[in-house]
Amino acid sequence: MIHYLGRRFLYALPILFGVNLLTFLLFFIVNTPDDMARMHLGTKHVSAAAIARWKTAHGYDKPLFYHPQAHGSDKLTDTVFFDKSLRMFVLDFGQSDDGRNISHEIETRAGPSLEIALPVFVLGLLTNISFALLLVLFRGTHLDRFGVMLAVALMSISGLFYIIAGQYLVAKLWRLVPISGYVNGLDSWRFVVLPIAVSIIAGIGGGSRWYRSIFLEEMGKDYVRTARAKGLSEWRILFRHVLQNGLIPILTGAVVVLPLLFMGSLLTESFFGIPGLGSYIIDAIQAQDFAIVRAMVFIGSALYIVGLSLTDIAYSWADPRVRLS
Amino acid sequence: MIRICISIIILLLAGCKQTVWNDPYPASERDANTLYLSFVERPKHLDPAQSYSDDEIEILAQIYEPPLQYHYLKRPYTLIPDTLTAMPQVTYLDAAGHPLPKDAPAERIAQSVYELHVRPGIYYQPHPAFARDRQGLPYYRAGTFQLPDSWDGFKHTGTRELVAADYVYEIKRLASPQVNSPILGLMSGYIVGLKDYADLLAKQAQSLPDGRYLDLTRISLAGAEVVDRYTYRIRLKGKYPQFMYWLAMPFFAPIAPEVDAFYHQPGMAKRNFTLDWHPVGTGAYQLAVNDPNRQIRLTRNPYFHGERYPSTGEPGDRAAGLLRDAGKPLPFIDTIVFNLEKETIPYWNKFLQGYYDLAAVNAESFDQAIRIDAQGNARLSDAMSAQGMSLVSAVMPSISFVGFNMLDNVVGGYTKRARQLRQAISIAVDYEEFIAIFQNGGGIPAQGPIPPGIFGYEGGVAGMNPVVYHLVNGKIERRPLSDAQRLLAEAGYPNGRDARTGAPLVLYYDNTFTGPNAKAYVDWMVNQFAKLNIQLVPRSTDYNRFQDKIRRGNAQIFVAGWNADYPDPENFLGLLYGPDGQVKYGGENQVNYKNARYDVLYDQMKYLDNTPQRQLLINQMVGIAQQDAPWMFGYFPRSFGLRQQWVSPGKLNVIANNTFKYRKLDPQLRQHLREQWNKPVIWPVLAVLAVLAIMLAAVAYAARRRDRKTAK
Amino acid sequence: MNWQPVILWTDGLIWLLVGVVALTLWRKSPHGQLHEASVRLRQMPVAMTTGLVLFLFVAIALLDSLHYRAALPAHPGVGRQYSVEVTSVLDEILQPLLKYKEKTYSAPLAKHLYVKQNVTLPDGKIVRIYPLLRIDDIRRQTGSNDIAHRAGRGVLFGISFAVLVAACAASWLMMRRQCGIAELVRQLLAMDNRLPWRSMLLTVALLGTLTAVLAELAGAFHVLGTDKIGQDVLYETLKSIRTGVLIGTLTTLIMLPFAVLLGVSAGYFGGWVDDVIQYLYTTLNAIPSVLLIAAAVLIMQVYIEMHPAMFDSAASRTDFRLLFLCIILGVTSWTGLCRVLRGETLKLRELEYVQAARAFGVSDWRMMLRHILPNLYHLILISVVMDFSGLVLAEAVLSYLGVGVDPAMQSWGNMINAARLEMAREPIVWWPLAAAFSLMFVLVLAANLFADSVHDAFDPRGRQR
Repeated sequence: MIHYLGRRFLYALPILFGVNLLTFLLFFIVNTPDDMARMHLGTKHVSAAAIARWKTAHGYDKPLFYHPQAHGSDKLTDTVFFDKSLRMFVLDFGQSDDGRNISHEIETRAGPSLEIALPVFVLGLLTNISFALLLVLFRGTHLDRFGVMLAVALMSISGLFYIIAGQYLVAKLWRLVPISGYVNGLDSWRFVVLPIAVSIIAGIGGGSRWYRSIFLEEMGKDYVRTARAKGLSEWRILFRHVLQNGLIPILTGAVVVLPLLFMGSLLTESFFGIPGLGSYIIDAIQAQDFAIVRAMVFIGSALYIVGLSLTDIAYSWADPRVRLS
Repeated sequence: MIRICISIIILLLAGCKQTVWNDPYPASERDANTLYLSFVERPKHLDPAQSYSDDEIEILAQIYEPPLQYHYLKRPYTLIPDTLTAMPQVTYLDAAGHPLPKDAPAERIAQSVYELHVRPGIYYQPHPAFARDRQGLPYYRAGTFQLPDSWDGFKHTGTRELVAADYVYEIKRLASPQVNSPILGLMSGYIVGLKDYADLLAKQAQSLPDGRYLDLTRISLAGAEVVDRYTYRIRLKGKYPQFMYWLAMPFFAPIAPEVDAFYHQPGMAKRNFTLDWHPVGTGAYQLAVNDPNRQIRLTRNPYFHGERYPSTGEPGDRAAGLLRDAGKPLPFIDTIVFNLEKETIPYWNKFLQGYYDLAAVNAESFDQAIRIDAQGNARLSDAMSAQGMSLVSAVMPSISFVGFNMLDNVVGGYTKRARQLRQAISIAVDYEEFIAIFQNGGGIPAQGPIPPGIFGYEGGVAGMNPVVYHLVNGKIERRPLSDAQRLLAEAGYPNGRDARTGAPLVLYYDNTFTGPNAKAYVDWMVNQFAKLNIQLVPRSTDYNRFQDKIRRGNAQIFVAGWNADYPDPENFLGLLYGPDGQVKYGGENQVNYKNARYDVLYDQMKYLDNTPQRQLLINQMVGIAQQDAPWMFGYFPRSFGLRQQWVSPGKLNVIANNTFKYRKLDPQLRQHLREQWNKPVIWPVLAVLAVLAIMLAAVAYAARRRDRKTAK
Repeated sequence: MNWQPVILWTDGLIWLLVGVVALTLWRKSPHGQLHEASVRLRQMPVAMTTGLVLFLFVAIALLDSLHYRAALPAHPGVGRQYSVEVTSVLDEILQPLLKYKEKTYSAPLAKHLYVKQNVTLPDGKIVRIYPLLRIDDIRRQTGSNDIAHRAGRGVLFGISFAVLVAACAASWLMMRRQCGIAELVRQLLAMDNRLPWRSMLLTVALLGTLTAVLAELAGAFHVLGTDKIGQDVLYETLKSIRTGVLIGTLTTLIMLPFAVLLGVSAGYFGGWVDDVIQYLYTTLNAIPSVLLIAAAVLIMQVYIEMHPAMFDSAASRTDFRLLFLCIILGVTSWTGLCRVLRGETLKLRELEYVQAARAFGVSDWRMMLRHILPNLYHLILISVVMDFSGLVLAEAVLSYLGVGVDPAMQSWGNMINAARLEMAREPIVWWPLAAAFSLMFVLVLAANLFADSVHDAFDPRGRQR
C-alpha cells in the first residue's frame, strides 16, 4: 500500500509539472506582464514607468524561463516561471496580483464550498439511488417508462434554468430563504439550503438514470435468478443483494470526484453569492488575475490525481481480485 | 449524539420561530442603527495612495480625511476645509523666488506654494500601531510580541494626534516604489522634486531586502515640507489651480509613519496585515471587518473629531427636509455594512425586501422600477411608491462617448471629407433612443464634452451642437437622417458606397462589452450605422487587447468614457488636448485629436478662474470640437439613488464620497416593515411534503401488491 | 450572378460532415453489428420521432450554413460588387421577421410596446403611453387578422400538409407492398412494421402544424415578442439553432480523429506509446476545463487582433471564435473517448483472430484499420450522440461565464446571459429567456432520447431485463 502510494506520488510529479508548464505558457503567451500591469493599474494616468514599477513589485520583471545574465543555477531559478510556478510544489502560492495572500484566501473559502458540495454529494447520491431503485422495482411498467422519461427531461434542462427558477420561486415569491449571501457559523444553513436543493434536483436526472442501468445490470446476473428461484421476495432481492452489489461500482465511481468537491461549484456559488472557491475562480478569470488562476489549476489537478489514486484504492478494496500494482 | 440532535432541533425551531425567514442578517443586528449597502467588486486596494476606482473610494472616503472636502449640499460643488483650520493659502513665486500678485500671468509664475494649517486636536482611530507600553515605546515592535493569526489578536490599541507631518508622509508615499501610486506620473509634473525623489527611492529600495520598510521620514522631499507641528507646505511647478481639487481626494489623506512601519514588520504581509487591508485614518468611520469575499463593515470612530451637519445649502434644500438636522453632531449611524452583491437579480430583490437601505443605481439595471414621466422627470413605479421608497437623481460628472481615432485613414484626419463622414455618423447614431432603451430615459444627450454641473457647461440653445442638432419650433431636435445622408454623399460615400470605386463603406467598432447587455449594445450600434447603409463590423475584445489598440492607434471607432476627477472643465477638455495625444505622448487624449487653435485656447483656459472670460474660451473650444467631431459626444449618464422610507432624506452628491456621515435612519420602522413585507409563504413547503408523502405511500402500496402477486 | 457564395470555416466543416455521412451511407450499406443496430433503431418509435425533430433542427442549421454575399446595386464604371455583410439562406427565408423592428421590448403576440414612451400627439402635446407596435401596421392595413383567425388557418394548413404527406406515404407503401388501401391499414394497425409509421406521421403532423401556425402568426405579430433593441425573439432563437447544433457536432468532429488515433495506438502498441498518451490525457484532464477554455479564448482574441486583415467582416470574426470554441471544447472532451477506446483495443488485441493476423505479418496500420477499428464503431457512435446534448448545454454556461461565443453572435447562451437583467425588471421580461430555454430543451431532449435509442439499438438486452 505504502509502496503504491509512493509510486503514485512520483507519477503525479511529472503530471503536475506538465500542468504547470501548460498553464504558464497559455497565460503568458497572451498576457504579457505589461498587460497584467495595465489591467491592474486601471484606466487613468497609466505611464510606462508605473508599469515598470508594478512589474518589479510583483516579480514579473525577470525573464520568463531563462536568465542568461545570472550565475550558475540562477540561470533557471531567477525567472518568472520558477518563481511563480515551481514554488507551488511546496504549497507556497504567494500573493495574488492584487496583493492578497492566496493561501489565506483558499483556507477561508474552502469552508463555504464544502458546506454546499458535501451535502450535495451525499444527499444527491442518496436521492439518486432511491429514485433509481424505485424505477428498478417497477421495471417494465408504465411507472418505469414515465420515470425514465422524467429523468431524461430533467437532464435536458439547462443547469442555469434550475438556478434561476429556484431563486425566483423559493426566495423571491415565497420568501422562504435569503436570496443570496452567506454568514459564517451555524446560521449559514439558511443560505446554503436552497443552493443545495437546486443542485440536487439538477443532478437527479442524469444520476438516477445511470444508477438505474447499473442496478438493471445486477438484476440480470445469475445470483439474482438463483435468489428468485429460492423464492425470495422482490424487496429482499432488491435491497439485500442488488443494492449491495450495485453500490460497489457506484461508490467507486463517485470516489474520483470526492477531492474535487473542494473546488466548489462555479455557477451555484456565483449565483447565490457564496464566497467559495468556485466563485474565486470566476472572479479570477474575470479580473484576469493569473496568480490565482495558476494556484487554482495546480490545486485542481493535484486533487484530481488524488481522486484517481483513491479510485484505485477503492476498487482494490471493493474487489479483492484487483491488486494495486 | 441525542443531545446534539436535540440542540440542532432547538436551533432550527428557534430559527423558524422568527416571523421572517429570509433575513440575510443575524438576529442580533435587527434593531441596530446600521446602514446596509452593497459593493459589486471586491476592492483591489484600500490604500489612499493607490485607490483610484469609485467603489474603493466609496469605502476609503469614510475612513480617511484629506485636507479638503466638498460641501454636502451646496451646488455648484464647493470645496471647504475638512481637517484644516481654513482653506489653503496659495502664494505664487517667480523664477527668482519673489512673491507675485494673485493675478500675475501664468507664464511668469515659476512656483505655487500652498500652505495648509491642520486643526489641532484631531485624533486617529484606534490602532495597534499606536499602542504604547509603560516606557512609551510601541507595544507591538519587532521582537516583543507573538504575531497573532487574525487581526482580532491585536488586543492593545492606541491613538495619536494628527500632525502636519502625516500629510507630508503620504505625499512622499506617492513616490515610493513599495506603493506604486497611479498618480505618481501625473503629480511628478507638478510637485517640485517628486520625480527625482521617486528615482532616489527606487535606488534605495533596491538595496533593501524584500519587503523591508523604506523609511521615508528620513529622506526629505523638496516639494512637501513640514513647517511646524500643524503646518505644512506643498510646492508646485508653475500654476495649477486644479490642485485644490486633488487636495480633496484620498491621495492626499494623512498616513501615520508608525502605522506604515508597523505593517512592514516581518510576517505581517503574509497574514494580510497591510495598510491595503486594514486602513487607519481620522474619518468618521473605521474599518471593523474587512472580508472582501462577503462583507466590509465600518463602525463609528470613537475618537472622531466631531463635525456638524451643515446649516446652509441650496434653495429648496430646506423644503426637501435636508436641513432638518442642521447643526447636529455627525455621524448619525453607528455601523455601515457593505455586502458583496455581484448579481443584479439578488441585489435588486433584497432591496425590494427591505434588506438594503439605499440603492445607488445606474438606470441600466433597474429598468422599469424607474419611469420617466411626460415632463422628463424620473418617477418610481407605483408598486415601489406604495412601499414608501423615494428617488433622487442627478446627472453624473461623467461622459460616455464614442471616439473616432483621428489617426485612422478613413474616419480620422482633418480633411473636409473625413470631417463630413464623422458628422454624418454623429447625426445618425440616435443617442435619444439609446438613452430611452438602455438608460431607461435617465441621461442627457451630450452636446459637447463638458457635463452639466461643471463650469463651462451650457444648457439650452446656447450649448446646442449645431452639427448634430437644429432648432425646430424653438426646440432642440436631432437633425433628420436626410442631413446625415447628404453629408455622407458630400463626403464621397453616397448611400454608403465609395463614389469612385463603388466599394461599400465598412467601418470597425472596437469595444470591450461583456456581460448581459453586450449583445444588445453591439446590435444597436450596428443598426444605427445601417441607417446610412454603412456596414459596421463590431470588434469585441478583452480589456487588454482594447487598450493595446488604443495605445498603438489601431482602433477605428471605439467606446470610451470619462469620470471626472474633479469638477473642473479642464479635466474634460484635456481629453482633446493635442499634446496629450495617446499614441504620440501617452496622454489621455485617446482619439489623438490635434487642433492648433484648440490647444492654444486650452493653454489659456487652464489657468483661469471661473470667470465669464473663461466661459468664452470654453465656448470657442467646444465649438471647434463640435465642428471637427472627433467624438460622437454620446450622453451624460444620470445616477439614481433609491431610498427606503426609514432613511431620512439625503442629497445625491456625485462628486463627494464621504457622505454617509450625513445619513440617518430609523431601525425600528425598518424592522417593522421588513416583518410586514417578508411573511413567508409556507403552503408550497407543505404541498411538497404532502406530495412526497403521498408518493411514498403510493409506492409502498403498489410494491406490496406486486409482491403479493409474484408470491402467488 | 446576383450573389457570391461565401464558405465560412464552420460552414465548410459542417457540410464536410454531411458529405462524409451521406457518402458512407450511400457507398456501402452497413453490415454486421451496425446493420442489426440500424434495423433495430428504425423500428423504435422514440428514435424515429426524435430523429425527425433532430432532422428539423439540423436542417435549419444547415440552411443557416449556406452563406452568400448579396450583390450591391450596380455602380457606374465598375464591375459587379458585393456586400460585405454575409447573409444565409435562412436569413432570406426569415426575412419577414426582420421587416418590422420595434423600438424595444414587446411581449409575445402583443399589440403595444412593453415600455411606456413619450409620444407627441398631432396637437403637439407629449403624452406617455404604450405605443402601438410597428408590426401592427399590417393588421391595420389588412383588417380582420386576429390571433384566433390566423392560428386557425395555421392549424388548417398543418393538417392538410399532414394529410398530404400521409397520402403520399400511403400510395408509395401501397405500390411497394402491392396491396389495396384496406390491406395497408390492416397492416399498419397490426404494428408489424419495418418503420413506426404511426408515430412518424403524428410527429410530421405536429411539427407541420406548429410551423404553419408560427408562420401564420408571424405574419402580423412578434410571436415570441421582441428583445431589448426591438428584434424579433423568434428570429433570434431560430438563428441560435445553428450555434447550438454546430457546437454539438463540430466539436466531436474535430476531436474524433485525435481520440481515435491516440486511443487505438495507445491500446494497440502499449509500452512507451501508451505511457506518453496516458500522460498526455491525464495532464489535460487534470486542468479544470473552465480555466483551459478561458485561456484559449484569450489566446484566440489576441490572434484575431493581431491579424485584423483576416477578419474583415462581422461574420468571419464570430465564425472564427465559434470554430475555436469547438476546437478547445474538443481538446477538453476527447480524453473520455480516448480512454474508452484504449481499454477496448487492449481487449481486442488479445483476441485470437487478431493474434492470428499478426502472425501472418499484417502491418500494424492495416491491423488497426481493418480489424480493430470496425469493432469500435459502435462505441464511437454512442459517444458522439451522447456528447451532443452535453455540448449544447455547455455553450450556455460558457457564455454566461463570458468565455463562450462572440457577444455579437446569436446563441442561446447569449440570450440567457442577457436575461439576467431582464429578470430584474418590474414587471419582468420573461420571453427571451423562456424562448431560449424551451428551444434548447427540445433540442437536448430529442438528442438525449435519440442517444438512448442508439444505445439500446446496440445493446438490445439492456432495456428488457
